[in-house]
Amino acid sequence: MTILVIAEHDNKVVAPATLNTVAAAAKIGGDIHVLVAGQGAGAVAEAAAKIAGVAKVLVADNAAYAHQLPENVAPLVAELGKGYSHILAAATSNGKNILPRVAAALDVDQISEIISVESADTFKRPIYAGNAIATVQSNAAVKVITVRATGFDPVAAEGGSAAVEAVAAAHDAGISSFVGEELAKSDRPELTAAKIVVSGGRGMQNGDNFKHLYALADKLGAAVGASRAAVDAGFVPNDMQVGQTGKIVAPQLYIAVGISGAIQHLAGMKDSKVIVAINKDEEAPIFQVADYGLVADLFEAIPELEKLV
Amino acid sequence: MKVLVAVKRVVDYNVKVRVKADNSGVDLANVKMSMNPFCEIAVEEAVRLKEKGVATEIVVVSIGPTTAQEQLRTALALGADRAILVESAEDLTSLAVAKLLKAVVDKEQPQLVILGKQAIDSDNNQTGQMLAALSGYGQGTFASKVEISGDSVAVTREIDGGAQTVSLKLPAIVTTDLRLNEPRYASLPNIMKAKKKPLEVLTPDALGVSTASTNKTVKVEAPAARSAGIKVKSVAELVEKLKNEAKVI
Repeated sequence: MTILVIAEHDNKVVAPATLNTVAAAAKIGGDIHVLVAGQGAGAVAEAAAKIAGVAKVLVADNAAYAHQLPENVAPLVAELGKGYSHILAAATSNGKNILPRVAAALDVDQISEIISVESADTFKRPIYAGNAIATVQSNAAVKVITVRATGFDPVAAEGGSAAVEAVAAAHDAGISSFVGEELAKSDRPELTAAKIVVSGGRGMQNGDNFKHLYALADKLGAAVGASRAAVDAGFVPNDMQVGQTGKIVAPQLYIAVGISGAIQHLAGMKDSKVIVAINKDEEAPIFQVADYGLVADLFEAIPELEKLV
Repeated sequence: MKVLVAVKRVVDYNVKVRVKADNSGVDLANVKMSMNPFCEIAVEEAVRLKEKGVATEIVVVSIGPTTAQEQLRTALALGADRAILVESAEDLTSLAVAKLLKAVVDKEQPQLVILGKQAIDSDNNQTGQMLAALSGYGQGTFASKVEISGDSVAVTREIDGGAQTVSLKLPAIVTTDLRLNEPRYASLPNIMKAKKKPLEVLTPDALGVSTASTNKTVKVEAPAARSAGIKVKSVAELVEKLKNEAKVI
């Protein structure tokens, strides 16, 4: 049994979600190979070769893979993946974009966002926004799976010494092209990898008021997230959304500020180790999942909290 | 330009679902069913393209039980011109649905297919990408902006780090994210008119598509419940608990 893990990267560094995906592969068992498809991604390949438990790194370096366009990357993964028992990718926007295209090319059903490995062919995954957990068994020759990072503790980024092998295969479907991107710049930790997350909801009232959360986050070394209500209202950009259809986080500490606790928000954060809710409405559903609830006006509580931590 | 929109009948997003006692699935008896919220956004986008004069005809398709005709009628009331139901009482996987949609695409030859990025029941997020693979079309998933110009479409996508724009040759597949648009409500006159719009019913057999699956759901359980904790009286008490009890700061 050999497992192919698709590395998540930006041609410069390996994204942390790759380490969680390798951890899921290790639970399945067998040799683990990592595919780095990109352009000028030599540093990524070197870093991938050091990941604990990785036996081999395949590097497909081609202009067609520079922006991870699924029309070009999926045929590559499907071609290479035929010889493997499993193909795994992180359930990031990239993994979700590419992997179903691979599964369809291989004529197999995909298993999305697994949170645990029961055996080499059986996995658990949340459905209905996490209100039910399905156990799914696959009899596909190649099992195509996306991995929810919060379900698996990451393997060590150092300690391995895998062989690096170049892959010549070039696929350029010629039907799509990259136009541009606007990436949020932040000195704070990445939302899905942060140990502490401070999130704001509709109760923040406007985007400017998020400065109170940024100040608290900087004191705690935390990332800042938001509820769908805050994003829809235009307070903050979409990449900050935590929830069923946004980012799934499970930090050591999650502080929900002015968030009522809609089902779809809880789906994105209820696996956090400790949850704190600060809301002036004591009936807010968020208090039903919070370890520590504080019924207070957030505009008084947050500056005080910032002073005391 | 013809636009095909795929919609799914799912449990209404306000319903808190319960797992069946025999762990065979969730209990959907007597719960409110609606159009998947992301599919509503897909219908709205198609209607806006028609209002702009870009789309000439909107065909809406659903794969599901007889009752999915309700959701197709809703889409017709919102502005779709005609509907197709591929009727199946089975619980189909995303790949099976994508294969059925591919058969409809072959028949209808749309220039653009718009789908929701995921259904809020199975939470798979697969069908649009799979349809794109089977059709050999480009895909603009998680779209927050769709602009047609000539024989291509520019799609701005919500990605983990922010936003990305790709250009796809038509025909192409687009899947919608939350902020693509805000769907309208159907007016009463349009609901009445929708009853007279054509609705064709097909079967997987008639389309020559096998819906066999490589996945089997073994059981469905309720998630581990998280119990409510305590209410603290002050910020000082909160900080003390976080430092000394939870030890997370």
